[in-house]
Amino acid sequence: MTTEIESPLSEAITTRDRVTIRFAGDSGDGMQLTGTQFTRTTAVYGNDLATLPDYPAEIRAPTGSLPGVSGFQLSFSSNDIHTPGDNPDALVAMNPAALKTNLGDLIPGGLLIVDEGEFNATNLRKAGYDSNPLEDGSLAPYRLLRLDITTNNAAALDGLELGAKERFRSRNFYALGLVLWLFSRPLDTVVRWATDKFQRNPVVLEANLRALRAGNAFGETSELVHERYEVPPADVAPGVYRHISGNEATALGFVTASHLAELPLFYASYPITPASDVLHELASFKRFGIKTMQAEDEISAVCAAIGASYAGQMALTGTSGPGLALKSEGLNLAVMAELPLVILDVQRAGPSTGMPTKTEQADLLQAMYGRNGDSPVVIIAPSTPGDCFWTAIEAFRIALKYMVPVIMLSDGYLANGSQPWLIPKLAEIPPVEWRHADLSRVSHAYERDPDTLARPWAVPGQAGLEHRVGGLEKSYETGDINYEPGNHHKMTLTRAERVAKVVNDIPDLEVTGPQEGDLLLLGWGGTYGAITSAGERARAEGKSVASAHLRHLNPFPANLGEVLSRYDKVMVPELNNGQLSVLVRAEFLVDAIPFNKIAGQPFKIAEISGKIDEVLGLSGPFEFEF
Amino acid sequence: MTAASTNGAMDEEIPLLTRKDFVSDQEVRWCPGCGDYSILAQMQKTLPGLRIPREEIVFVSGIGCSSRFPYYVNTYGFHTIHGRAPAIATGLKTARPELTVFVITGDGDGLSIGGNHLMHLLRRNVDVTVVLFNNRIYGLTKGQYSPTSPIGKVTKSAPMGTTENPLDPIKMALAAGATFVARSVDRDTKHLESTLATAAQHKGAAFVEVFQNCNIYNDGAFASFADKDVRQDRMVYLEHGKPLRYGKHLEHGIRLNGFQPETVENPMSDDELLEHDTGRDDIALPMILSGMDYPDFPVPLGIFRQIERETYDGLVQDQIDVSRLAPEPAIEDLIAGPETWSVL
Repeated sequence: MTTEIESPLSEAITTRDRVTIRFAGDSGDGMQLTGTQFTRTTAVYGNDLATLPDYPAEIRAPTGSLPGVSGFQLSFSSNDIHTPGDNPDALVAMNPAALKTNLGDLIPGGLLIVDEGEFNATNLRKAGYDSNPLEDGSLAPYRLLRLDITTNNAAALDGLELGAKERFRSRNFYALGLVLWLFSRPLDTVVRWATDKFQRNPVVLEANLRALRAGNAFGETSELVHERYEVPPADVAPGVYRHISGNEATALGFVTASHLAELPLFYASYPITPASDVLHELASFKRFGIKTMQAEDEISAVCAAIGASYAGQMALTGTSGPGLALKSEGLNLAVMAELPLVILDVQRAGPSTGMPTKTEQADLLQAMYGRNGDSPVVIIAPSTPGDCFWTAIEAFRIALKYMVPVIMLSDGYLANGSQPWLIPKLAEIPPVEWRHADLSRVSHAYERDPDTLARPWAVPGQAGLEHRVGGLEKSYETGDINYEPGNHHKMTLTRAERVAKVVNDIPDLEVTGPQEGDLLLLGWGGTYGAITSAGERARAEGKSVASAHLRHLNPFPANLGEVLSRYDKVMVPELNNGQLSVLVRAEFLVDAIPFNKIAGQPFKIAEISGKIDEVLGLSGPFEFEF
Repeated sequence: MTAASTNGAMDEEIPLLTRKDFVSDQEVRWCPGCGDYSILAQMQKTLPGLRIPREEIVFVSGIGCSSRFPYYVNTYGFHTIHGRAPAIATGLKTARPELTVFVITGDGDGLSIGGNHLMHLLRRNVDVTVVLFNNRIYGLTKGQYSPTSPIGKVTKSAPMGTTENPLDPIKMALAAGATFVARSVDRDTKHLESTLATAAQHKGAAFVEVFQNCNIYNDGAFASFADKDVRQDRMVYLEHGKPLRYGKHLEHGIRLNGFQPETVENPMSDDELLEHDTGRDDIALPMILSGMDYPDFPVPLGIFRQIERETYDGLVQDQIDVSRLAPEPAIEDLIAGPETWSVL
C-alpha cells in the first residue's frame, strides 16, 4: 500500500462556509451514485447545496477513455447558495482520464484525491498522458492525496464471495467513505440507504459497507490526511426539508396538481434524455390514479395526451427538444381545438440530437414559434430544481382555466440538479380549478367565457353537448367548419387574445437589487442561480446592478416593459445563441445586450461577473475560457 | 320509448335510438356517388343496435376524405390530424375506458402517414373499432397513388405507373396482432352493416377494411370483382365454422394444398374444402386467405380473425384499481419523500 502526501497539511479541522467538490471517474465507476450519496448526507446535515451531475450520453463508453468520464459536482454551504459552484475546491479522480478532463477546473491549491492504483501504463495511454502526472511534478500546484483505492478496497473485501469485477465496483464506496471523513460527515445516511437498496443482495451490501468503512477508517488512521473540513449547517427558513431533483419535483408537482384538482392525470411520453425520469416517477404513482403511457413515438405521446384532454382529464406529455419538434403538429391541434394540455420540455443541447446529457435553454423560440400558422401557446419556466414543483402546478392551473396548451421549459441542469427543498404544506397551495361544460351553463360547445375567452370543456358523456371539433378553422359563433375570411381573422386574434389574457393570472416581475440603476440582468429558467449570484456579487462590489428572472415567457408579466425602462442597460444571459433577448427587443424596442453561452454547461458566476464588468465599462471584452 | 340497456349499469334505461338520431346537422360534402355515403349510412344503421347513448360514443378521424366522417354522425367527434387518429383514440379510450370509440381512417391516413400509430393501436389491443376506407388512391389531394395502389397504377404523381409494391391492410393488421380483422365492401350494404356491427361489439382492437370506390380518381377499382353481377363468382364470404364456398349457387370452393389455397369447381362435398376458423391463436390461416386475390382467386370478404385478449385500456385500468386496493396513501407523504430533516 503506497500513500503519501506531497504537500504539508495542517492537522486541524478547518471551518469553511462553502466547499465545492467534484467526483470524477469512468462512467462505470459509480460517480453519480457517490455524488448523490454525499449530497444526501450533506442535505440531511443541514447545509444549503446545489449539484451538477455531468455524464456522457453513452451508458458505458470505452473504459478509461476521455469521453467516458462521468462527473458529479456539488457545492455545499452554511449560507444560502444558488449554484453548484464555479470551480471545485476538491477533486476526486478515480482514473487518469478523470484527472485529465477535470484538473483544469480545480482551484490552485485545491485538494486532489487520486486512486493511484489506476494510474497504470494502459490507463495513462488511454487518457493521453505521456508521463505519469503523479510522478512528473505537474500536480505540484495542488495538495495531492494519492492512495491505492483499488488495492486497499480489495483488501477490505477479503473473504467475501465476490469476483474481481464486483470488488472493483465498490471502489466508489471506499472513496465516499474517505470523503465523508474529510468533511466531517457521519456515515449513517449512506448506511441506511445502502441497507435498503441492497437488501436482496447481502454480499454486495456487505461489500459496499465494508468499502465505505474502510475508506472512512483510512482517513481516521492513516495519519496521512492531515486536514479535515467542517461546513456548519446553513441558517435557512425553519421547516421540514427534503432533498429533491428537478425531475422529481416536476413529477411531484404534476401529481399534486391532479390531487388538488381532483381530476385524473394522464401522462404519455416517449423515452428521451433528460425527461425520462419524469415518466419513471409518474409510472410509479398509480395509487394516485395516474395513468401513464409509453407511446410508440413523440407524436403519439402528444396525440394520446390530446385524446385524454378531449376526454376531460388532465393531459400531460413530456419530452426534450427533438421531441418537441415532433410534437409541433399535435400541439397545434390542441391550439386549434382549444383543449387544455401541458407539454413538459426538459431542454438539452441541440440542434438535432445535439448533446443529449448536456444542458441548454435553446428551445424558447421553438416553443414560441415552432408551429405553422399563428399559433400562440403559454410558456413558463422553472428557475430551480424545487421550483419545478410549483411550475408544474401552475402549468395546469393556466391550461385548465384558459383551455390552452402550456409549455413548461425545464432543462437538463434543473432536471438532474438537486437542492434541499422546504416541503410545502398542502393546505397552503392554491387550488387547481376546472369545469366540464353542462347544459345548465352553456348551450353549445363553443360558447366562450367572456373573461378568459375560453370555450367550454364539453366532454364525451355529457348529453346534449355532442359536437365535432378538429383542426379545421371553425366559426367563432358555432364551432362549425368555417372558411370565411373575416371569421379566420377574428379567430386568429381570439386565439392570441386568450393567451394574452393569461397575464391577468400572473404576478408582476420582481427585481432583486436596486429598483433603478446602471444595469439589469434579465434571465429565465435554469440560469436563475448563476444570474442571481452574479448580481449579488456585483452589488457587494458597489455596482449598480439588479437582476430579475422571468418565470412567464408568454405572456410576459404586465410590468416587464416598465421594469426594463428603469435601467440604463439590460443584459440577457442565456444558454443559447440569443432567444429571450430577441423576444424582449422585439416587444419592447429595448437595446438588450445578449450574453450567450452555448457549451452544454451552466453559467459560472464568474462568467456573468466578467460580462457585467465589460458592459459597465470596467474591463475589456469578456472572453469565455472553455 | 325506452329499452333495457345492454351496456353499463344494470337497470339503466336508455332511449331506443334510430338511424336518424345519428344523423348530424352538418351538410355532407363528399362527391356525389362516393362510396363513403354507403359506409356512413351503414354505420348510422348500426349504431342504434349497440344500445349505447349517443353522448358516450366518440368518432375520431385523421385527414382525408374518409376522415370527414365524424362531422356527419351526431355523436361526439374529433377530426384530428393526418395519421394520428389511432394515437388520439388510444389516449381517449385509456383515459375513459367506458366510452365507445371508433377510428375512421383511409389507406393514406392509416397506412402511410399514420401506419406506425395504427400498428401500435392494434398490437396494444386498445378497445376501439377502426374502419379503414380503402379506395387505393389519394382523393382529397386530387389523385396521387396510395400505399394500397397496385404497382404500375398510373396516377398524377406516377404518370408512367407506380414503382411501389402495395401494402395489404389485412396482412398488416394480422401481423400487428389485431384481435378482430375483417373486410367488407361499400356496395354490399348488408354485409357491410353486419360486419360493422360485429366489429363494434368486439372487445379489443377491431379492424375493418372497407373496399370503397372513389368515383372521381379511381373509379371501378374494385368493380371487376365487387360489382353486383359478378360478386358471387369473384368474392368468397368467410364465415366461421363453414366451408369456403362461392358462386351463384355456392357451387365452388376453396381447399388447401399445403400452404397453398386452390379453387375447386363443383366439389363432391364440404369435406374437401377449407373450413374457416376465425378463432385460431396463430395467424397462419387468415394470412393465407388474405393472399387470395382476383383473378386467381375469389376475393375474401368477412371476418378473418376474431379472438379474445385483454385490452390495453382494461389492463391500464386494472393496474390503477389494484394499486388503489391498498389504503390510500397521503399525497403529503409522497411529497415529503423517504427522508426529511427539520430546521427549527
